[in-house]
Amino acid sequence: MPKTTAILAGAAVIALAAGASSAETLRFAFQADVNSLDPHSLNETFTLGFQGNIYEGLIDRDQTLTIQPGLAESWEILEPTRWRFHLRQGVTFHNGNPFNADDVLFSYERAISEASDMVTKVAGIEEVVRVDDYTVDFVTTAPTLILPAEWDTWYIMDREWSEANDAVAVTNIADINSTNFANLNANGTGPFMVTERVPDVRTVAVPNPDYWRDVPHNLTEVIYTPIASAPTRIAALLTGEVHLAYPIPLQDIDRVDANEGTMALTGPELRTIFLGFDQARDELLYSSVEGANPFRDIRVRAAFNHAINRDAIGQVVMRGASTPAASMVAPGINGFPDFLEPYAYDPDRARELLAEAGYPDGFEVRLNCPNDRYVNDEATCQAVVAMLGQIGVTVTLQADTRSVFFGTILAQGGYDTSFYMLGWTPSSFDSYNPLFNLVSTRDPETGRGTFNVGGYSNERIDVLTAQILAETDETTRNALIAEAWQILYDDYGYLPLHQQGLAWGVSEDASLVQRADNVFDWTLVRIGG
Amino acid sequence: MAAFIVRRLVQSIIVMLAVAFVSFSLFTYVGDPINNMVGQETTMEQREELRERLGLNDPFPVQFARFIGNAIQGEFGISYRMARPVEQIIAERLPATLELAFVSAVFALVVGIGLGIYTALGRESVAGRLVLSAAFVATAALFSWIGAAIVAAVMLAVTFLYRGKWVGSTIMSLSLIGVSLPTFLIGILLIYVFAVELGWLPSFGRGEVVSIGGWTTGFLTPSGLQALILPGITLGLFQLTLIMRLVRSEMLEVLRTDYIKFARARGLTNRAINFGHALKNTLVPVITITGLQLGSIIAFAIITETVFQWPGVGLLFIIAVQFVDIPVMSAYLMMIAFVFVVINLVVDLLYYAVDPRLRVERAGGGGH
Repeated sequence: MPKTTAILAGAAVIALAAGASSAETLRFAFQADVNSLDPHSLNETFTLGFQGNIYEGLIDRDQTLTIQPGLAESWEILEPTRWRFHLRQGVTFHNGNPFNADDVLFSYERAISEASDMVTKVAGIEEVVRVDDYTVDFVTTAPTLILPAEWDTWYIMDREWSEANDAVAVTNIADINSTNFANLNANGTGPFMVTERVPDVRTVAVPNPDYWRDVPHNLTEVIYTPIASAPTRIAALLTGEVHLAYPIPLQDIDRVDANEGTMALTGPELRTIFLGFDQARDELLYSSVEGANPFRDIRVRAAFNHAINRDAIGQVVMRGASTPAASMVAPGINGFPDFLEPYAYDPDRARELLAEAGYPDGFEVRLNCPNDRYVNDEATCQAVVAMLGQIGVTVTLQADTRSVFFGTILAQGGYDTSFYMLGWTPSSFDSYNPLFNLVSTRDPETGRGTFNVGGYSNERIDVLTAQILAETDETTRNALIAEAWQILYDDYGYLPLHQQGLAWGVSEDASLVQRADNVFDWTLVRIGG
Repeated sequence: MAAFIVRRLVQSIIVMLAVAFVSFSLFTYVGDPINNMVGQETTMEQREELRERLGLNDPFPVQFARFIGNAIQGEFGISYRMARPVEQIIAERLPATLELAFVSAVFALVVGIGLGIYTALGRESVAGRLVLSAAFVATAALFSWIGAAIVAAVMLAVTFLYRGKWVGSTIMSLSLIGVSLPTFLIGILLIYVFAVELGWLPSFGRGEVVSIGGWTTGFLTPSGLQALILPGITLGLFQLTLIMRLVRSEMLEVLRTDYIKFARARGLTNRAINFGHALKNTLVPVITITGLQLGSIIAFAIITETVFQWPGVGLLFIIAVQFVDIPVMSAYLMMIAFVFVVINLVVDLLYYAVDPRLRVERAGGGGH
């Protein structure tokens, strides 16, 4: 059994007087609506987190993100490539159908089908075998220690319901004739049942009276409303029209705290924000340096890293709601290298390094940034521009809306950047994910390093990453992860900035839990006081 | 007559095609929709496959021709964000926008004409002056939330210098605020005053709605009516000040004409002259402008709807732009173009009916 580090630090709890259990309606607002109720259509935090109150996976994650039994009561590794899951008996879907192995097989087939966005969650599986009604074996293509790590959000659907309602295929936007029932209706095993769904306006749910587990909430109804405009979202919180509104812009935290009856709940998110250097090209696309790529010189990368005052960015731009980062993963991610310190702010040393590298007068380079994706992303980049200006590097900031930004810098845009910002949350909460996606050498054949936009490459890290995947002894595995992070750190391969802060605005009438992965679990809410 | 209508219809179709072409070519600049439609870890092959299935890799003329071909059949595709047919989504959202547009148009007309008449006539009544100035100082104080009161105070001070007609000019100056303040700022101010500080009205949404044969209405529930007030005012304020200024200037014009002088000479009551004769003759251009502005109200509801999370087509469009939901964006733009084309066509036909000169076959052609 893999053990996930408990993330108590990230889970802030406010518990006020527990109220009497009368008719308690929870109202909350987020900035965008869930795209679909179809649990296999979009692998995105808010959508999956929302659906997690209605659907369940074989495993579950508690408020500290520790793996717990979910629809599977227990599991064991029979042989390195064969995992056996014992399913929970007596669980029914919201429509009354019993849950069994058939539904797991169905949900697996659905998750790997066309138009499903869950393929990566069930990747590396060769075969799913139904042993009996409540036992399922998963045969993997290679030994692995983290097979079910993302299965808390691989949700199980009812085969009979899906077949009866023409929802066997995943909601498919490319097929004009598919109007998928599962897009607007839901039938899970989870603690809440959807009773009304008006996209972009309102989604209403009530507790599932037959839920298999005892849950601490005292709700009789949940009403979710998306509110796109941040000032309106805050107004709705201040007027008491919603109990919870998120995200709250960092500059409005004081306003929410100052208001009687509301408070801001803040904590570090698991997402790490970093800058990356193009090290793949012989000459940078957007720079004054000709005939050479300065970022291939470790001294230039070191100079950039030492020129950034991460504490100042945290205090000024992020208003104290971020944690300076030394590596590509956050505390709470398995394999977090707590032995590394963020690179020291030392502009003098940075200037010396730059001079040693042959750029005593600095050079010009363009920085690509999103302006509506991460918390205060553009402002962070502006601070970086100013700090690099202090060591003589002239950075031109190119800030774009996210669809333009990602279309430019990612693979489909041909990695069209020299210097860029990106954020990453490993969905498995394990270091293998960023090592494979962000740090390993790019290889279009295997998909390795697809998001290694700068094309950083280190043979030893590639070897280690492959070993980490196959290693089944946890201690050895964690040592391999630590070694990989140390190499990246010493190589100044990236420029980690911070873990951005989460900010939720909460009414003092409600007690709830803010999970470090920014997921809102309704079962932990109590209203009244 | 028939030739005129046919010519106008052909021109309308060309306009629609031009709008479709321009908006479609702009979509290349709004970014790549794929990243919003898949998760972080989705592989490049899967993304590429999705692009292929959506036809986004086809050359521009092919995509455009396909869009026009489907649009003629009334099909606008499936929303990338909501995975539902666009026509269905727009049909669901349209009642919200139309009701909001109706309320703000009525508000703008009634208050705008009232204030227009008042500022044109109201130079004598001292009591009226005091009541109105008090009302406007109060309004200015409410706006003081962000210091607009300073602006209002300066305007009041300036108008004091021209004592003779200071109520009228105060209203006129305040109407300048209405014209120049950005809609989103007015909306946020109203929310903070009437929802957050006073707690009288809801800050967002449509309240409870009743569905009658597919048309959702907020007119039949108390919360639905309450929810209409703030967005209605926000959206109507600009039109209000426009109509007020129009009525005032038209009215001043009419009051100077000979037949008004003649009416006074005959000894008719002020009431009969002002409302029976002057106002009636003032309203002709007002009706024309209001008709044309109705299209703008629907089109410019975008900002008001975003501020108030009003679930109409404007909010749908804004979210579609952020998401690069091309089918929704193109359908919305076509719909707005259609509204304007129809309004213009109707106005043209009305002119044709009203103005006999247009009926004479013109050598040069040319539109209005």
